[in-house]
Amino acid sequence: MRSSWFSPARLWAMVVKEFVQMRRDRLTFGMMIGIPLLQLIIFGYAINSDPKHLPTAVLVTEQSPFARRILAAMQTSDYFRVTTVARSEAQIERLLAEGRVQFVVSVPAEFSRRLVRGQRPQVLLEADATDPAAVGNAVFALGTLVNQALERDLAGPLVRLRAGPGPVEVIVHRRYNPEGLTQYNIVPGLMGVVLTMTMVVITSLAVTRERERGTMENLLTTPVRPLEVMLGKLLPYILVGYVQMALIVLAARYLFRVPEVGSLVLLFAVSLLFIAANLMVGITFSTVAQNQLQAVQMSFLFFLPSILLSGFMFPFRGMPDWAQTIGSALPLTHYLRLVRGILLKGNGLAQCWPELWPIALFMLVMMTVALKRYRQTID
Amino acid sequence: MNQAAVIIDVQGLVKRFGPHTVVDGVSLTVRQGEVFGFLGPNGAGKTTTIRMLCGLLTPDGGSGTCLGFDVIRGSRQIKPQVGYMAQRFSLYEDLTVEENLNFIAAMYGVPQRRQAVAETAERLELEPYRQHLARNLSGGWKQRLALASCLIHRPKLLLLDEPTAGVDPKARREFWDRVHQLTAEGITALISTHYMDEAERCHRLAYIAAGRLLAEGTVEEVVERQGLTTWAVTGGDLHELTRRLQGLPGVEQVVAFGNSLHVSGRDAAALGRSIEPFRVAPHQWRQVATSLEEVFISLMSGEGGAS
Ligand SMILES: Nc1ncnc2c1ncn2[C@@H]1O[C@H](COP(=O)(O)OP(=O)(O)OP(=O)(O)O)[C@@H](O)[C@H]1O
Ligand SMILES: [Mg+2]
Repeated sequence: MRSSWFSPARLWAMVVKEFVQMRRDRLTFGMMIGIPLLQLIIFGYAINSDPKHLPTAVLVTEQSPFARRILAAMQTSDYFRVTTVARSEAQIERLLAEGRVQFVVSVPAEFSRRLVRGQRPQVLLEADATDPAAVGNAVFALGTLVNQALERDLAGPLVRLRAGPGPVEVIVHRRYNPEGLTQYNIVPGLMGVVLTMTMVVITSLAVTRERERGTMENLLTTPVRPLEVMLGKLLPYILVGYVQMALIVLAARYLFRVPEVGSLVLLFAVSLLFIAANLMVGITFSTVAQNQLQAVQMSFLFFLPSILLSGFMFPFRGMPDWAQTIGSALPLTHYLRLVRGILLKGNGLAQCWPELWPIALFMLVMMTVALKRYRQTID
Repeated sequence: MNQAAVIIDVQGLVKRFGPHTVVDGVSLTVRQGEVFGFLGPNGAGKTTTIRMLCGLLTPDGGSGTCLGFDVIRGSRQIKPQVGYMAQRFSLYEDLTVEENLNFIAAMYGVPQRRQAVAETAERLELEPYRQHLARNLSGGWKQRLALASCLIHRPKLLLLDEPTAGVDPKARREFWDRVHQLTAEGITALISTHYMDEAERCHRLAYIAAGRLLAEGTVEEVVERQGLTTWAVTGGDLHELTRRLQGLPGVEQVVAFGNSLHVSGRDAAALGRSIEPFRVAPHQWRQVATSLEEVFISLMSGEGGAS
């Protein structure tokens, strides 16, 4: 019956208790599985599906059979829906700026003459890449489309042009978003977003609930130590985090066919740090919040900048300096790079290090705050 | 008067919440094996005092020892030997009786936990409910579970905050029998209550109001010190009599007890003079022993002054 500084038996009893409560709390349990699924569907399909029939303006400065052929081919394609035939540079500039079209395809003057001469004239595709996911596939499609369309016209003496890299060169200008994120970025990124959202909310609730229901009063009269309470709240949710990750990895592989270049073992290993960092945030919040509602609100306050400034929503390099500074302090920013680096680029542990230590630092700071703020009394 | 060891010995405990001084210089001495009653109106500061004793709140002033350890700095040593029952049910509603007991036993590092849980459940006759969720227990059984969780680590001191609120009379009697049984084994119990019959079952008691200790001692001592003289009246129109007695010099309380009326006051002579004109048929007057209830009402109405 000694009250030592740290008792594994007490910690284990805390963990078991949390699991039993988790199992009995259907709603929270549902949320742990439901949130990742919901986000996968929303971000993975609704927002990030391969969009088709995107509004397109065409600027044709010469009237020729070739130009008409290109236009016709675009109109029958899945990706483009020609809404405007523009007359001037100024007009297309405005259409793009106002977001009325996603693409502008320009066929320059003297297109036909240069084509016939075999000079590989350029077709310019300007894309509004603020929604990069919307752009990716259409850009690839255009090259094939144009060259196939012209193939039929290139008969007789022009047949020779069919050989080689194609008669026309398609130049792509990604406007507003030079980084040009593609959908492969989103699904791995979701892992970080889902973990941030659920881990912080769940732990902040788990501790605040004890205070709200009065069970904290009983717990504090026992010899249990702050570290034991804290770890007892952390460990069960680390497991929950892993379950969520597994769900997303499976979805990435089988639903979204995201390439998996790197090591999953490494991914799960580095995720431990990220999960722990978020759990510490939750616990820190719970030491401040008076009730469960406040805990949820505070979690949201953390979640918003995380999702907006981490590079998940907007390309990180496209953000102003101040936003990048805030973003760099958030664990999600680094975790996104870790996940993308491992899954898409096949990074190893050495390349992960620059992103790992900021997360570790963040976690240590949070843990210190939480332990400092955790009160052993109820005043 | 008692040679037993002093278990709680605190002087001048003070607790403030913002501008309010909720406990204002309370001193208590509780000896081993005592059932110590803690009484006072709502908001008097009973819960706050008990919480300071078990280390849940840090006192803003005062000093003393609990189980031989400093109340302010020694809470880590005190906690393992105290069984605290909060006023509000504070075990886990979403755990079963057994899971709750098991958890609390683990928190206290009770050796041979399974056996300890089984024994405690048996002792409090909780066995039929072992697999029930605490949420689904009735008030009386919740109280039993809470008591069981206080006892599982064999504490030396029980701090029970209104343990019998909302419990039926039979269960209350059983509860008090159990408490006396435990104190006979050497445990000490400090129990807050609003019930007079319970107060009378305490070896000693303290009465606080607005954070101040107004009376302390055995039931007899407390009654005697208040120096009230009490008359019981039966027969005749007692409503009318009440109306006419109220406000007369020396008449401090006129309380109906079923078919009789208790009239009391501290100035026996003045009281005697005031009731003289009414000592005629059909009223029958009889001087009786003052009960604790009259003492507390007298204390509560502020006429008790300093103890
Ligand atoms: N955490 C707190 N913050 C502010 N005020 C408090 C706090 N806890 C108690 N109080 C106030 O202290 C006073 C004494 O409260 P306490 O709970 O000790 O009374 P009590 O004697 O136990 O009353 P009851 O018989 O109703 O349980 C009350 O006025 C209460 O409002
Ligand atoms: Mg109280």
